[in-house]
Amino acid sequence: MIVAKGLTKQIGSKRILKGIDLEVAAGEFVTCFGPNGAGKSTTLKILALLSKASSGQLFIDGMDVSKHGDVLRKKVGVISHNTFLYDNLSARENLVFYGKMYEVQDLNKRVEKLLEDVGLTYAANDTVRTFSRGMQQRLAIARSLVHNPPILLMDEPYTGLDEMAKGILNSVLQQLSQSKHTVFLITHDFDQGLEQSDQTVVLVGGRIVHRCDPKGIGREDFRHLYLKLVEGA
Amino acid sequence: MNFAGKVRVLLWKEVKSELRTKEMLSAMLVFALLVAVSFGFALEIAKDEVAKVLPGVIWVTLAFAGILGLNRSFVSERQNDCIYGLMLCPVDRSAIYVAKTLMNLMLMAVVELIAIPMFFIMFNYPLPANLGLLILVLFLGTYAFMVIGTFLSALAASTRISEILLPILMIPLIVPVLICAVQVTGGVFSGDLSGVSLYLKLLVTFGAIYSGLPFILFDYLLEV
Repeated sequence: MIVAKGLTKQIGSKRILKGIDLEVAAGEFVTCFGPNGAGKSTTLKILALLSKASSGQLFIDGMDVSKHGDVLRKKVGVISHNTFLYDNLSARENLVFYGKMYEVQDLNKRVEKLLEDVGLTYAANDTVRTFSRGMQQRLAIARSLVHNPPILLMDEPYTGLDEMAKGILNSVLQQLSQSKHTVFLITHDFDQGLEQSDQTVVLVGGRIVHRCDPKGIGREDFRHLYLKLVEGA
Repeated sequence: MNFAGKVRVLLWKEVKSELRTKEMLSAMLVFALLVAVSFGFALEIAKDEVAKVLPGVIWVTLAFAGILGLNRSFVSERQNDCIYGLMLCPVDRSAIYVAKTLMNLMLMAVVELIAIPMFFIMFNYPLPANLGLLILVLFLGTYAFMVIGTFLSALAASTRISEILLPILMIPLIVPVLICAVQVTGGVFSGDLSGVSLYLKLLVTFGAIYSGLPFILFDYLLEV
């Protein structure tokens, strides 16, 4: 589903990514760990087609992103710690706006379903600026799913979430995982990150320094391994 | 959905948001009206001299009112990183620029519709006979101003000093537009239209050049 070959990113004289090779199969759940400044968010921006790599190749669904950007954007949804929501529009208006941009069929039905899924039907007509952080993030989850993307990229989505929002995000992730969506999650939270992933990668200093199937490894063992990798880099 | 359809959706979002907050319109309108009232009382000019002074006063007021609005134009896109939300959508990124420019043109039209009659009232000056030409020069001047202004406001919005940077970037580029617009407006007010056609052609040229540039560079600008 996602194949990255030798991705680099250079801004000025600083090399942020130093050659990322990554393969994420269709329906796979991959979690990426790494210390601050490792290049995780830059990697996600490139995978989301928000930023171009300085060199290297990226294929999504077998298509080169440099040639088929507009087609591939329909296949990708992004949840970030920033919500991408307009404060002055209501919850429903935000979803309708993004739905129209993605040319979603049966949009009104889709919007109502998503509002229900994230528990925001009661606040659908309230402007986003009146929402708490947790409500905004729940709406951001709905926004990212409005076009039902087969690939979901998430950059620290648990930041600032209350327990209810965490629960909703976890249940959304479970549903996505069961329905064979491809998920790429960036997080610092070992508990959340290891729970559902099929593959974990550790990014340090702009390079993937470790990848493994976390199912055979205990959380404490992984924590020790991670710290060793970060300290050793 | 084609390009125009996407622009329409983006424009709907802009209009809805502005109608709810009136952030840009109120700042632009209050500034323009304040200047009209202040100059109306402060300048004591003989009636035959007004035609020489008023075009400059009107265009400088419109320019600064426009800059006030442009400073806010991309703020909503930077809040919550909404610009990334737009960049994720399967849309030609120049549609974002076109929708913003159309919105800014609409706001400026509202400001002109209210503020310019106020200048005539405050300076006790009659409406010019050639109203069509006045409307044409207002359109051409505002268009050239807004197409480059919207682009530069996107550029400035990605910095921390956007409110300082925008006028610094913009004023050198709009000075030729203002000179041409003032010359044509002066001709309309005095009734002497002898040199007006050259300045009108220059305004059209600036409008065309300033329209082309953002279409080439806007995509790169969003990457920054």
